[in-house]
Amino acid sequence: MIDPDARRIRELVTPEGVALHLRLATAGARAAAFAVDAAIMLASLIAITILAFFILGGFRTFGPAAIIWLLGLFLLRNFYFTLFESGVRAATPGKRLLKLRVVARDGGQLTGGAVLARNLMREIEVFLPLIFLASASQEGFSSKWLSIFGFAWTGIFLFMPLFNRDRLRAGDMLAGTWVVENERQRIAPDLIARPNPGADRYSFTPAELAVYGQFEIQRLADVLHHDDPDTIVTVAGVIRRKLGRSDEADGAGDDRAFLDAYYTAARLHLERGLLFGQRKRDKHDSAS
Amino acid sequence: MSGAALAPSFGLSQFRAERESDWQRLEQLLDLVEKKSPKRLTNQDLIELPRLYRATLSALSIARETSLDGSMIAYLESLSTRAYFILYGCREPLWHQVGSFFASGWAAAVRGIRGEIVLIAALFFASALAGYALVLSDPTWFSALVPGEMASGRDMQASADYLRGTLYDPPEQGGLEVFATYLFTHNAQISILAFALGFAFGIPTFFLIAQNGVMLGAFYAVFVPKGLGWGLTGWLMIHGTTELSAIILAGAAGLHIGRAVAFPGMRTRFAAAGDAGRRGALVMIGVVIMLLVAGLLEGFARQLIVDDGARYAIAALMLAFWILYFTLAGRSLDDRP
Repeated sequence: MIDPDARRIRELVTPEGVALHLRLATAGARAAAFAVDAAIMLASLIAITILAFFILGGFRTFGPAAIIWLLGLFLLRNFYFTLFESGVRAATPGKRLLKLRVVARDGGQLTGGAVLARNLMREIEVFLPLIFLASASQEGFSSKWLSIFGFAWTGIFLFMPLFNRDRLRAGDMLAGTWVVENERQRIAPDLIARPNPGADRYSFTPAELAVYGQFEIQRLADVLHHDDPDTIVTVAGVIRRKLGRSDEADGAGDDRAFLDAYYTAARLHLERGLLFGQRKRDKHDSAS
Repeated sequence: MSGAALAPSFGLSQFRAERESDWQRLEQLLDLVEKKSPKRLTNQDLIELPRLYRATLSALSIARETSLDGSMIAYLESLSTRAYFILYGCREPLWHQVGSFFASGWAAAVRGIRGEIVLIAALFFASALAGYALVLSDPTWFSALVPGEMASGRDMQASADYLRGTLYDPPEQGGLEVFATYLFTHNAQISILAFALGFAFGIPTFFLIAQNGVMLGAFYAVFVPKGLGWGLTGWLMIHGTTELSAIILAGAAGLHIGRAVAFPGMRTRFAAAGDAGRRGALVMIGVVIMLLVAGLLEGFARQLIVDDGARYAIAALMLAFWILYFTLAGRSLDDRP
């Protein structure tokens, strides 16, 4: 089974000896999370200024506004990420929206020092390239080229996640962290626990049950969960042909009952194989 | 046929039915911890949480080997992962972290990079000397070393009276608080940059530190020949003992990570970088605090206190405080692993 996401899976073995699979966040998801966070930072700075304006009843001097911007920009720029990632969820609002979180690469505690280290490095990954870009657009010819050269140099840090397998930022390397997907899986209803009144009408021979393997049966489960009438008809047709059964004999039109019955029988057949240590991975697998 | 199929089916569907309430309970507890706070857990919950986690983890192991219910396996894996990070990734409360940072963590981190501190301090003072010698030997160096807006008239052509005025005259306009804020944020940002640039094998950090040292030396070359060296030192050091210490610490923290990345020694490069990065980050939080103190001293104290003696007293007091704090705080804990 070739999963396009398989390259992003990393194994974490718990102290109990069970392997858990973490899926690393894509570079795109992380960039999107950063964009969300940057927008939030900007919006909150503007909001604070407006709030202060009303509280102070308008500024007679530029002093209060200057202090709010200087201090607010400094605190947001350096501590916004640190503050949020220090929480229980280890994620900024942007990461939370994209269903990501920060974890320590060794699976241990995510210390305050690590969170701080990974975010202080944003200084050279994000802000330094921005400064070079800004100065390139303002300066004359000679320092323009210097700025472009500087931008190219800092680009190494900016685009570092694209150049390593683990999608590590410079900050992640320095802090021993990585960013993983944190999507909650919902548990689908148990297909074989439900009563299926039509099931008695069908019975399958062991040869018919051995046609498919684990992969096909799990795809069939997806189809049944999805419950799209057109797909049900198509899939039922395909399976009937594969088993050499005619639609008429089984009573066409009751495709859902047929699929339910076949799924239940085939899954139990394969699971019984599992209990005996035989896993039939897909229809090409010769096991059992 | 159907009888044979039903017998195992009983066991396997029971497997899910009899455990599902445990999983839901674990999910509720995790939601409570993530959405509200770990403090909301009752004693009963605290006892249950690890038990439910292990039960879920063992259910995952069994399901992987015996079940073809893909949705259940994916659910159990995501639930176990969530629970794992809450149980094993948990941290001390924030206030304990802050407390232990000031009691021992900060000073211990600073002691951990003492080699780099010595090196950076030597580089800083050597470049200050170099700047001083350069400008004395050829005054045209001054404009090359110090940017115009920074010098603001305090250059080689300035008269002694004008220079004395910059040291002792009260500032023309108010707005000390804006000035202090600007100094603090600007200096803190530069030192964070110096730290982060350490990642490039520490080389840019060297340049930043040397540049600062040379500028300091160049200013001395302007003031000393006019007999204002003593006054300039007081004017600088009232906040400078704090600020220069902070800059040297930031440079040393940057060099520390640069050294770990370039020469990891017996450890892997990632392990060495991780250790150095976490230690450096602790030092940097301290640097930001020191620069806040320095910004207040520079923005307020220096403008309000014009007596050289008082300025020197404050400078010496601050320096003694930092040295004592860094050498002694949390010392007894250092031997602990």
